[in-house]
Amino acid sequence: MIAMSTRHILLGLLATGPSHGYDLKRRHDERFPQARPLAYGQVYTTLQRLVRDGLAEVDGTDSDGGPERTVYRPTGEGTRELSRWAAEIAPPAPFVANEIFAKVVVAILSGGDPAGYLSAQRAAHMERMRELTALKAAPGTDLATVLSADYALNHLDADLRWMNTTAARLTTLTAEVDAP
Amino acid sequence: MSRPVPLLTARGLVKAHGSTPALRGASVELHAGEILAVTGPSGSGKSTLLHCLAGIVRPDEGSVTYDGRRLEELSEQRLSALRRTEFGVVFQFGQLVPELTVLDNVALPLLLAGTDRAGARTRAGAWLERFGVRGQDGMRPGELSGGQAQRVALARALVTSPRVVFADEPTGALDSLASEQVMTALVHTAREAGTAVLLITHDAQVAAYADREVRLRDGAAAALGVTA
Ligand SMILES: Nc1ncnc2c1ncn2[C@@H]1O[C@H](COP(=O)(O)OP(=O)(O)OP(=O)(O)O)[C@@H](O)[C@H]1O
Ligand SMILES: [Mg+2]
Repeated sequence: MIAMSTRHILLGLLATGPSHGYDLKRRHDERFPQARPLAYGQVYTTLQRLVRDGLAEVDGTDSDGGPERTVYRPTGEGTRELSRWAAEIAPPAPFVANEIFAKVVVAILSGGDPAGYLSAQRAAHMERMRELTALKAAPGTDLATVLSADYALNHLDADLRWMNTTAARLTTLTAEVDAP
Repeated sequence: MSRPVPLLTARGLVKAHGSTPALRGASVELHAGEILAVTGPSGSGKSTLLHCLAGIVRPDEGSVTYDGRRLEELSEQRLSALRRTEFGVVFQFGQLVPELTVLDNVALPLLLAGTDRAGARTRAGAWLERFGVRGQDGMRPGELSGGQAQRVALARALVTSPRVVFADEPTGALDSLASEQVMTALVHTAREAGTAVLLITHDAQVAAYADREVRLRDGAAAALGVTA
């Protein structure tokens, strides 16, 4: 299943009022400032698929002085699909499939320097957390930005705590190995 | 590029509590107006480091220089005068005077510095307001929640407008929104007044308010992150 679903996010944006592709891209990037900006091509293909699957339909065209743009709106089916998706529980990942974890395990297995890696990774995480904190604390920051910064901060924090625990375990491990 | 002379420098600090080593050669620099986070595992010597830097405990070895003065060369009397005028300290564990109201606890450093009672109380009230505990000003410390007591302690540390604030886990008893509120107030105050802050925390989200982080391991420091 699609976890981070661009189609549902676009459907959600359409639910607030009919829009054309360019407008959707702009609103997406505004609403999800920490996410990667959507490519216009991706917006366009996603809209086509929504129409193909009967979740959205053409509402008309809008030229507003410039080039003509197709405006879309959700269908009844699309609105139902959106509420189903919104209520669906995301599976809490039972296993860690993360690059940091993989690197540490590989470093341990291959006799590398996991502690050195962890300390450098930790510094990189802290640097990103400082940036996000500054962004969040800046005067006039809108709610969407605060929420997405909070979200990212809590996840980085979770990584960091795991890294701290691992670094501490490695020290104990090394001490055990080094003990006569 | 020439770096400015740090406001506070510690070199090779060694300190044992009885036979327990707490610091084994820790070196740290704090620049004027800088917010520095000190992190590290429990028992790594963070509080001991803070006590040495703030001139509360004398290290067994090593030196602490504040604004050109070597703390180890100062008499007790001059050291406590320095602490009173230049430093504000938030301790990790209980520190408010239980017999005094919250307002008088915060006003106390000002009274000791010679401010008149009315003036001291007005300023104390403004600091309580800033940290969101104005409503508690008539209570005794024993009636406060852990988080309220920490905010009162911060207000008391800042009330004299010190050049350096030493804060040992000032958000340890707070939930994330309350810590955000306290950290925002602390950082805002420090930036506005150019106060340097040495902040001990085990919470990375709190450490992320600082300009830089120093991590202690077994009583020695490793600097991480941006160096201003
Ligand atoms: N007054 C004391 N008497 C005896 N030992 C002490 C005293 N204070 C600290 N220690 C010891 O010195 C070491 C460092 O303690 P310190 O309080 O500086 O650590 P910390 O990093 O602040 O820990 P925490 O994160 O738990 O507050 C510990 O082993 C501790 O047991
Ligand atoms: Mg401590």
